[in-house]
Amino acid sequence: MNTKTIRGDLDSRIFNAVNIFLLTIFTIIIILPLWNVVISSFTSGKALADGGFALWPKEFSLENYRAVFREDMIYNAFFISVAKTVVGVVTHVFFCAMVAYGLSKSYVRGRKLYMAMGVITMFFSGGMIPTYLLIKSLGLLNSFWVYIIPALLSFYDVIILMNFFRGVPSSLEESAKIDGLGDWRIFLYIFIPLSLPALATIALFNGVSQWNDFMTTKLYINDKSLYPLQMMLYEIIVQSQTKNMQNIGGSYVIETTTKGVQLATIVITTVPIVVIYPLLQRYFISGMMLGAVKG
Amino acid sequence: MGKSKAVNSGGKKPMGRRMKEFVVDFGRQWELQSMILPGVVFMIIFCYIPIYGLTIAFKHYTVIDTLDSAPWVGLENFRIILEDKFFWESVVNTLAISFLKLGIGFVIPIILAIMIYEVSNKRFKRFVQTISYLPHFLSWIVLGGMLITWLSTTGLFNQILLWLGIISQPTNILLDPSKYWWIATLSDIWKEAGWGTILYLAVMATIDPTYYEAAKIDGASRLRQIWHITIPNMRMIISLNLILTISGLLGSNLDQTLVLMNSQNRSHAEVINSYVYRMGMTQGDFSYATAVGLGVSIVSVILLVVANKITSKLNDNQSVL
Repeated sequence: MNTKTIRGDLDSRIFNAVNIFLLTIFTIIIILPLWNVVISSFTSGKALADGGFALWPKEFSLENYRAVFREDMIYNAFFISVAKTVVGVVTHVFFCAMVAYGLSKSYVRGRKLYMAMGVITMFFSGGMIPTYLLIKSLGLLNSFWVYIIPALLSFYDVIILMNFFRGVPSSLEESAKIDGLGDWRIFLYIFIPLSLPALATIALFNGVSQWNDFMTTKLYINDKSLYPLQMMLYEIIVQSQTKNMQNIGGSYVIETTTKGVQLATIVITTVPIVVIYPLLQRYFISGMMLGAVKG
Repeated sequence: MGKSKAVNSGGKKPMGRRMKEFVVDFGRQWELQSMILPGVVFMIIFCYIPIYGLTIAFKHYTVIDTLDSAPWVGLENFRIILEDKFFWESVVNTLAISFLKLGIGFVIPIILAIMIYEVSNKRFKRFVQTISYLPHFLSWIVLGGMLITWLSTTGLFNQILLWLGIISQPTNILLDPSKYWWIATLSDIWKEAGWGTILYLAVMATIDPTYYEAAKIDGASRLRQIWHITIPNMRMIISLNLILTISGLLGSNLDQTLVLMNSQNRSHAEVINSYVYRMGMTQGDFSYATAVGLGVSIVSVILLVVANKITSKLNDNQSVL
């Protein structure tokens, strides 16, 4: 008996050691490349041209950032990114919450039909081309509103919020009705303040996808003044790729100056995500749970 | 609220009466209805009109046509698909990348989730989770930009390969078509493996800890506990994920492809989605591109049904969908 437990302990300790060792390697695989990008973005073009892997800038320099900020384009792109994220999130969350509140009442006439219509949209879509033709005929091509209006509703988010609203005790609503409040006021003044955690979860995820989205721009926008950061970065990447190909076997110099600009733009584009990441992390576990309620 | 419940019981009442009740109820609920109806209008415009727009797959649509004026051509577009060698090339690439992702990328989150679950030190656990979820929130453009630098002649990968003595001359790895499938697969795994653990961890958190205590008393090693307790408890969620992955075999990551594809690696990088994009948006052949997209979604639905049938057989006839 005694020897058995000791052996069990030893087994367990070896298991723990191996486990922690492997997980440490895994985290290094994730962190190292990211760290390398940040470091390289602060390295001078000359040092970048030498190549080599660095954990610390060989020659610290802000020249890449200076080059990026010299372009007027980046200020505009940053503004568009922020504007489309803020406006997009606020309108998306409000619109979804409004529809979800209406649908959370089981006595609403026509609810079965509305729900069926919504669920179908979760599984079927017209796809890229029919959607493009629709956007075109609505006159949304090359308009800022193409970032906002088609993204107003996601039925997945509606279901999450609807389930959340259903969990709120009905006594609150009943007493408000006795006080003479209508459904709109109950929704705005009672349910919205009560549901802030759920709304925040949806807002954060929607915000990340708005910030990261570049397909909308690629499909519907030609006007460079409406380009967000992601699209600007995409253009830089495509350009430097083309230059790379023209330079096969040639000098590394051109490759590395654009490389520096590219790295700095990557960092600038990603900083907002990293800043809200702690918040995101607080909410996404609860978000997964909200989603799981629907089963 | 009570009022509307009371009238909602009529099934046998005459049609006219029921209609009238409906209208009266609807009027009473105008506030709630005014919240829902904008959503319904939205869905009709942005979801159902494009679904109707799929009919151009059976038409010959040109830029000067409207949706209705374009002439019907029946299955002509689908017949062309069968002979289109570029389409089939994109199918091969899509399937190759999807199967690599399925073969490697499907088990990694499961193993990783189990490893994280087995860590007893709370702070280390949280640290690993924090780091591993992060790449999920980076856009493919950002990751694509990073990959292009890492894979370039002066980039990280060439440095490592040179240092290990595997190669003697640095090359731009992204320009080599024969390596593209692996680049697409491994970068996707790097980005999503950590995030993939989150559902598994949520399910593991619900496993009754007394199972493990009992197993410990019986002298079961940690690996045996994982094999006989953790994995059986995750069977449902694993099957669900497998079904969704299989039904997505013909889907591919358009963002990833558009960033990483270039004129040199196109033969191995073009996937069905990017082919639809190219035919429709670049070449302007809307009808053909829609036909390709529609054909692929129909096959995907069939895959979903088949995968659900097979996994429910394996799970003692319990369907997870």
